[in-house]
Amino acid sequence: MAQSCSCNDFYRTRNHAIAQAGSGLPSIEPGQPLPAGSGMDRRSFMLRSVGAMLSVYGAGALSPQHFEEGIAAAAAATPPKQPVLVSIFMEGGWDALSVLAPVKEARYHELRPNLGKKEGEGTIFAEDEDLMWHPQASGLAQLHAEGKVTVFPAIGYDPPDESHFTSRHYWEVGELNAQTRSGWMGRYLDVAGDSQNPLQGLSLDYQLAPALATTKVPVAAVSSPSDYQFWAYGLGDPLTNPTLDAFGRLGELGAPSPAFAQARTASLDTNIIRNQVAPFAEHEGKPGFTSPVAYPSAGGDFPLRLAALAAMLDDEELPIKCVSLSAVGGYDTHSDEVETLSTNLGETVASVLAFQRDLEARKIDDRVIIQLWSEFGRRPEENGSGTDHGAAGVSFLIGSRLKGEMVGEFPGLSKLDENENLVNTSDFRAMYAGILGQWFQTEAGLVIPEAGTGLAGPSAYGNVPALIA
Amino acid sequence: MNATVAASSSKPGTASAKARAHKHGTPAAHPPKHSKHHAHKKHRKKHRRHKRHKKHLTGLPGAPAPPTIPLNPPPPSNTPPPFQGGPISLAQARRLLWRAGFGPTPGQAEALAGTPIDEAIQNLTRPSGEPALHGPTPTDDEGNALTPADAWGQDHCWWLDRMVRSDQQLVERMTFIWHDWFANSNSKVNDQQRMLDQNALFRSHALGSFDDLFMAVTSDPAMLVFLDGIYNNKWDPNENYAREMMELFSLGADRGAYTETDVREMARALTGWTADWTENEGLQKFRFDKNRFDEGTKTVFGKTGDWGWEDAVRLCVSHPLHASYFVSKLWSYFVPAPPSQETLASLQGLYNSSGHSIRAVVEAILAHPDFLNGPELVTPPVVYNAGLLRAVGRGIDTTAWSWLCSGAGQQLFYPPNVAGWDFTRWLDTSTAKARWELASYVTSETYANPWPGKGEAKYSETEEALPALESALAYWANPQLTGETHQSLAEFAQTCLEGGVIQAKWQNSPFRAIRQNALRMLIATSPDMQVS
Repeated sequence: MAQSCSCNDFYRTRNHAIAQAGSGLPSIEPGQPLPAGSGMDRRSFMLRSVGAMLSVYGAGALSPQHFEEGIAAAAAATPPKQPVLVSIFMEGGWDALSVLAPVKEARYHELRPNLGKKEGEGTIFAEDEDLMWHPQASGLAQLHAEGKVTVFPAIGYDPPDESHFTSRHYWEVGELNAQTRSGWMGRYLDVAGDSQNPLQGLSLDYQLAPALATTKVPVAAVSSPSDYQFWAYGLGDPLTNPTLDAFGRLGELGAPSPAFAQARTASLDTNIIRNQVAPFAEHEGKPGFTSPVAYPSAGGDFPLRLAALAAMLDDEELPIKCVSLSAVGGYDTHSDEVETLSTNLGETVASVLAFQRDLEARKIDDRVIIQLWSEFGRRPEENGSGTDHGAAGVSFLIGSRLKGEMVGEFPGLSKLDENENLVNTSDFRAMYAGILGQWFQTEAGLVIPEAGTGLAGPSAYGNVPALIA
Repeated sequence: MNATVAASSSKPGTASAKARAHKHGTPAAHPPKHSKHHAHKKHRKKHRRHKRHKKHLTGLPGAPAPPTIPLNPPPPSNTPPPFQGGPISLAQARRLLWRAGFGPTPGQAEALAGTPIDEAIQNLTRPSGEPALHGPTPTDDEGNALTPADAWGQDHCWWLDRMVRSDQQLVERMTFIWHDWFANSNSKVNDQQRMLDQNALFRSHALGSFDDLFMAVTSDPAMLVFLDGIYNNKWDPNENYAREMMELFSLGADRGAYTETDVREMARALTGWTADWTENEGLQKFRFDKNRFDEGTKTVFGKTGDWGWEDAVRLCVSHPLHASYFVSKLWSYFVPAPPSQETLASLQGLYNSSGHSIRAVVEAILAHPDFLNGPELVTPPVVYNAGLLRAVGRGIDTTAWSWLCSGAGQQLFYPPNVAGWDFTRWLDTSTAKARWELASYVTSETYANPWPGKGEAKYSETEEALPALESALAYWANPQLTGETHQSLAEFAQTCLEGGVIQAKWQNSPFRAIRQNALRMLIATSPDMQVS
């Protein structure tokens, strides 16, 4: 879709869609009474600087003008410097020893007689020449050569947990606590986010990512802007927008239980997001945006979501801070690893490369970093056609502002842990601390327990790396 | 196969419906090849073909094993758990029908109200004979019988039909719970018939003995494919089933129930299963082959023996931390907050003394005051869908439900991973929007037509606001709304056509029809209707 778009009048398309989204809604003037029946005060108005309808809740006696200014300020922050993190999850535990394969190590070929990568199949990793990029990760090798990739060749935590769900949960909540219910990005938004704006934490998925779960501020899940259009049998003008507004209003009422509150919040936030993403939706066959680069066609929703995301990030008025999405396919390769990993890794990396090029073409690459992560690496010794769960794995940060220096070295296969797994040389919480302290310029300890400032230097989780050039 | 879906599933917003139908279906990971087999080429080709249907990854299991599993459970007690007697109220009857079934049919909750509680529960837990399916048989959009073993999405619709029509509602609900408990996805099994066979297995053990169920699941072909049991042999042990049978099926992670060494030893006990791959039929002849079995001694949970796969199951269900895991996890499907220590102790005692009877524990949960009078639970997407269909008396006459439920976060036979769906996080801005779409589709045959053709009845030109709301509530079989929600809807009904919206006499009927449809949508998508 995006790459073949012939419609380049981006702004006209956008405004058309906005006019649709806002039609039929009453304007609210100063002094107008609060909408009847609502437990909270609520204001809907055109935010002229964005041209989108916004609904705002629980902001006391402020006038709409106040709102407009306040939201414009909160929403737009200080563009173009507003930093963004795009977190991409490789579900299932990707095999670090195939992604960055220690091909020069004899032990590797003993442990991996069937699955081991051979020298010459891929590019040598310049920071440690014993390692070789998987051929399907050539896009990462290319960005790394440009100094835009920070590699964590053996990242994990102690003691490692080999359960998908426990380990993933630790990474999602940013601490080794099975009971925590808020995500690490969610808690960052609780600290630095806005109480009115769900778009600040965005899951590009059919459901909200647990890493974005907050305790205070709203966040959102949108599968894609073009999917986010409301339609119903026998519903139409003049009542379409009043009905959707009434739908949102039901979200403001009292909730007698947590389940009820979840349902009310979903209605309320849905109505806000509906207005915010409308400009990026396909409308009457015309895409809501154009991409300056071509995205790969393989990879299902993944390249489409990244293309839409780049367009949304290019709108400096949209207050997006943290984004989460899932990579192509699954990485729990107990069997049939060679083919499964090649396909999924290749399709994922090709789209990530296109996304970075898109950001560069839009000249917004200086305010976005991309994180690729997985819940663990896999067992060094293969099981025949696949590998079982392991411990330390590989993770990447990608972005034009990064230093692009490896964090922690590759520990080698001669000394494994007591469960015959790779030992870690960096801790994921130190990575998070660095992102919080240096990229978001927020004290890391407010988000990750005992993480300190997040500036480069020693911490409770080992050395926090210097991330930003 | 995909073309059928795309063509048949799209009435509203045709392009996006097609795009969505097209997206569904592909394995998150490729199905495994049979590694010791030679005929790889054809097999690989088959997978490539399937790959076109890219399935989105739904459902992220944020939490590890549900937080309701106690780390230090009290010992089992012989005191019976608390239960409520007396007649069941209308609100309790509605809750029972939504949580232990798939929602009331018109008048059903009203008829049940006043019945003694134990009788109302036993009607559900002790059905006799084979279930009967009442109402029209399911079809696709062209009126053809469903082919659940073959056509994409029709497996989902076939089961949804049983949920809508079965007179043994709890048996279907328990089958649904076992599908989540032993969550296998066709994205890897890649054989709808094999998934349907597993579904029949869940149904036949729905309220029986958990030990029998667990034993049957452990040797079930779909499970042997999904968790790589057929690749687990004495030469190359594969830990996939060993770990999950303890972590997710019987004991729980991070409770000190087992060690990493137990995982590895258990994997050895589970070796020996295999299957053949043939060009025409794929994987066939699932069997235990003692040549592939590791006959050495294994030490699991500190017990040493030459354990095999049946011992593996027995070791799990006789583990001292199994009963607390079982009753806590089962409880969490019915009640949102964990049980008290006393209730937990009593339920464990009941589970053990009844010989691991599922029925005994379910009966105790349904009669518990926490279930009958406690806080609400969010209704899962498939239950919501079945409940709306039951309310309007509609059977399965389209296969759209598969992609509609998928968007809402739950496509049957495709749980997101082996931990199943996260029942605590059904609602967000994406799934709420999908429920809107789903509710609209339920009305597709019976919405009030604002623009009738010649000879068709026109909608009322004079209907007042409050009667309009009453009529819309009756459309959904009079669901329970809070006073606040009812008031907000009444205000919408009263004001939405005021202030010069109706400018000409000809608009009286069509705009009232639109208001009626709007009210129906607002009721079905209200927060109140997402919980029970």
